[in-house]
Amino acid sequence: MRKLIALEINGEPMEIAVEPHSTLLDALRDDAGLTGTKKGCDVGECGSCTILVNGTPMNSCLMLAPEAHGCSLTTIEGVQASPDTVHPVQEQFMRCGAAQCGFCTPGFVVAAKALLDANPQPTRDEIRFAIAGNICRCTGYTKIIEAIERAAADMAGLPMTEVTR
Amino acid sequence: MRAFEYLEPATLAEASALLQRCGGRASVLAGGTDLLVQIKESHRQPAHVINIKKIPGMDVLSFDPAEGLRIGALVTTREVETSYAVRRHYASLARAVTDFASIQVRNRATVVGNVCRASPSADSLAPLIADRAEVHLYGLHGSRSMPVEAFVTGPGKTALGVDELVSRITIPAPAPHTGKAYLKHGRRVQMELATVGVAVSITVERGHCTDVGIVLAAVGPKPLRATKAEGVLRGHSLSDALILQAAHAAMEDARPITDVRASAEYRREMVGVLTRRAIAQALEML
Repeated sequence: MRKLIALEINGEPMEIAVEPHSTLLDALRDDAGLTGTKKGCDVGECGSCTILVNGTPMNSCLMLAPEAHGCSLTTIEGVQASPDTVHPVQEQFMRCGAAQCGFCTPGFVVAAKALLDANPQPTRDEIRFAIAGNICRCTGYTKIIEAIERAAADMAGLPMTEVTR
Repeated sequence: MRAFEYLEPATLAEASALLQRCGGRASVLAGGTDLLVQIKESHRQPAHVINIKKIPGMDVLSFDPAEGLRIGALVTTREVETSYAVRRHYASLARAVTDFASIQVRNRATVVGNVCRASPSADSLAPLIADRAEVHLYGLHGSRSMPVEAFVTGPGKTALGVDELVSRITIPAPAPHTGKAYLKHGRRVQMELATVGVAVSITVERGHCTDVGIVLAAVGPKPLRATKAEGVLRGHSLSDALILQAAHAAMEDARPITDVRASAEYRREMVGVLTRRAIAQALEML
């Protein structure tokens, strides 16, 4: 029997009817219609289903849908400040060519946003540590790390030319 | 995912009664990072899933210089990893839960869950046993506690009764002049299961080893206390030669198997290398 859960998704209060044994990932994609969050491995290894739960990055494939009752979620659809803009991380992913096939990108962007929210000026090692749970099968890690580094500089209002390789 | 009944008890007593009523067909959900994978991969097929996250008071992580550390059943590995007190006084545990899966997983996985999963390669078990941690169980017939070492009885097996759940883990306050280290060996650091893990807690007074715990992970059906290696060090004056002798003794303590990650011979060899390094690293902290 479906269970009604009340939660906030990307700033909007919502009620969705979920199967108690479905994952939050499936509920987001199938019940809330938010298909930006991707299902890769479905066992918590690839990070493509990363969302923020009360601001904290988690694998939505490892949460049961009813566990999200009362939570505030941010998915890839809600990372930007307004509908007609993109988040600085998204902007730099485009500029740096940090997306190849793009399947892992929503998870990386959400994980990177979580990092920059908590640590606005991360070192390269801190970036690598924060995205260790996101796997890119195209192996475009160098550009992903560069994009996150540049987004941090963007958000701090620093000039972009000084990024070291 | 296979269907099950989802339950949210509000108290430990209610959870315990539900477990008893479900008679072994229920699984407890805390972090869920292992349980949901096991259900998806049909390693477990519970008829009921009991989410204990609504039970108050189990999310406490606290340190007291006399009482030691208390880790509630709902405390995540990430909370332990980022705790100043844990990094300062339980460095081996802090290391083990940092070299553990990914941040996304660590934000949900609990230390108690890692203990209850009782995997031979569990990262938290070796430092907990080396530090003489205790698990506190709650059941219909009351509470009891026992060393983590006794709680884990085999691969995936624990001393939990059908109506019981773990409410918390406690670790004694470290004795003065104690150094700790955990070394995990794998093909890479993050998102990796241990091929071999070694935890060391060693207390040294004026060059004399007064107490030591050495625990080996992923080289036996459960984390193994390296009793021969401990015996080599305990009560003796430390020297490079003695540490080497202890490392060789640890190789005899190990009971490794060959599997997809490594051969038994390689694991045994690495036990020697890592034990020597872990002792040296723990001593550097003094």
